[in-house]
Amino acid sequence: MEKSKLTVVSSPHLHCGMDTPNIMLDVIIALMPAAAASVWLFGWRAAAVIAVSVGSCVAAEFLSRLVMKRPQTVGDLSAVVTGLLLAFNLPATIPLWQAALGGVAAIVVAKQMFGGLGHNFVNPALIGRIVIMASFPDEMNNWVLPFHGTGADAVSAATPLANMAAGDGAGYGLFEMFVGMRPGCLGETCVAALLLGGIYLVLRRVITPLIPLTYIGTVFVLTWILGGDPLYAILSGGLMLGAIFMATDYVTSPLNRGGQAVFAVGCGLITVLIRLYGSLPEGVSFAIVIMNILVPLIERATHPRPFGQPRRFGRKGGAQGEH
Amino acid sequence: MSRYLQAFTKGLVRENPVLRLVLGTCPTLAVTTAAVNGLGMGAAATFVLVCSNIVISLLRRVIPDKVRLPAFIVIIAGFTTIVQMLVKAYLPAIDEALGIYLPLIVVNCIILGRAEAFASKNPVGLSALDGLGMGAGFTAALVLMGGIREFLGNGTLFGWPEGGLIPPITIFVLPAGGFFVFGMLIWLTNRLSKKLEGDANRKELSGKVCAACGEAGCPHAAACALAANEAADPEKPGVEEAADQ
Repeated sequence: MEKSKLTVVSSPHLHCGMDTPNIMLDVIIALMPAAAASVWLFGWRAAAVIAVSVGSCVAAEFLSRLVMKRPQTVGDLSAVVTGLLLAFNLPATIPLWQAALGGVAAIVVAKQMFGGLGHNFVNPALIGRIVIMASFPDEMNNWVLPFHGTGADAVSAATPLANMAAGDGAGYGLFEMFVGMRPGCLGETCVAALLLGGIYLVLRRVITPLIPLTYIGTVFVLTWILGGDPLYAILSGGLMLGAIFMATDYVTSPLNRGGQAVFAVGCGLITVLIRLYGSLPEGVSFAIVIMNILVPLIERATHPRPFGQPRRFGRKGGAQGEH
Repeated sequence: MSRYLQAFTKGLVRENPVLRLVLGTCPTLAVTTAAVNGLGMGAAATFVLVCSNIVISLLRRVIPDKVRLPAFIVIIAGFTTIVQMLVKAYLPAIDEALGIYLPLIVVNCIILGRAEAFASKNPVGLSALDGLGMGAGFTAALVLMGGIREFLGNGTLFGWPEGGLIPPITIFVLPAGGFFVFGMLIWLTNRLSKKLEGDANRKELSGKVCAACGEAGCPHAAACALAANEAADPEKPGVEEAADQ
């Protein structure tokens, strides 16, 4: 991982203590500030969405492993992370059964049918979100202002990106967006809480800052070049949530730094193109899923050259890349 | 007689053109947003399939081998044109729903596939039954797929509302849902046809006395028979699958 010289010593080796449940627990801890912020902003309904989403993901994981007669993996906590991320991608007003359906789609279709954790080729939580978005567009676009609850006295409002797409100008101040006082999905609104979680993950060395920084930087620069407001662009939508927590998923992002940079730039490029020229106001989820699908090709193109081997790009590199 | 029966039934499950041979995937995914579209497409393709199988079978000794594919395509195109005109005249709603996929029956690989693999080598009666069976399998798969997608994605079945049992999940009528339902049906058909093959083999073996324990209908009979047959007939088909059961 680090740049230090590679030294291989003979056994016995010490286990560093990093295993799947530990890493997942760190991610869950890192997501907690954003979860707390969502309950603070949107009230108990946010907590209910999170509970249903996590519950359906864990139940789907447990039951699908049971039905498929595979070793039980519900203890690795990855389903909890998927459930949290899915809930963070939904508006607080979503009907609870739709959130549960999204959890089932995420775990059963996107993850377990491909073989479980480590074999999913796209981010399960994003597939859950996209299934709900494609199936129930009205419910997915029912945004409310924070601090007004989600019941009878809820106040509908457009998200910052919808405002921008409609050409209505910003509508929300940069500080308001930074602390999350704007309509949006549960977990994406409070940028401060997401950054806190991201810093925790970097300090714990669960993720490296390469993908988030490159992704956010690409969106910043591209929006600026194309005539948008770059600060507004990086604070709005699900960019922070996607860049910190979903583009960095180990399973669906490239292994080495070159590949990760290509991956993150691609995510940023597609996000900006969808936001500025697409028919949808937000493109983070589609950008990450499209780049997830391209990861095998990126890995092939950025396969490191063994010392002393001639440079090959693409052509016969595949022979080394093949397992 | 069983030869004729088999020519018909094999297209239903065991050699279902869409779900087992994975032919004709493009119209399958494109038109199955509603059950009635699937029915229309299936009926149109079955008509072309039966007619072209009959004509190609009749002409199988006349068509020179070197130009057989163009000759087959001309015959298929002729029948497709007939179907297209009939549908346009009498079922304009179906014509609108199927759109470009109706004239594209010409290049549906199920039809050319049956012409090449069956009709050009077999007598007329068998070829007609083969076409009918394949067409029925194609239609059944399309109606099933269209029904599932329409029911889940649109809340209707053959255009009738299902009464609000479940709210429509729109993704099922979108392409992603089409691929998902297609995959699920392929999985089910594979399971079903494996079971059918297993049953057929067990039936074949159940009368036989097990070589090892001397008991009729012994569950290990297949394995024992395999061992016994190894020397005499090592290529005996199906015995291995039976042993897996």
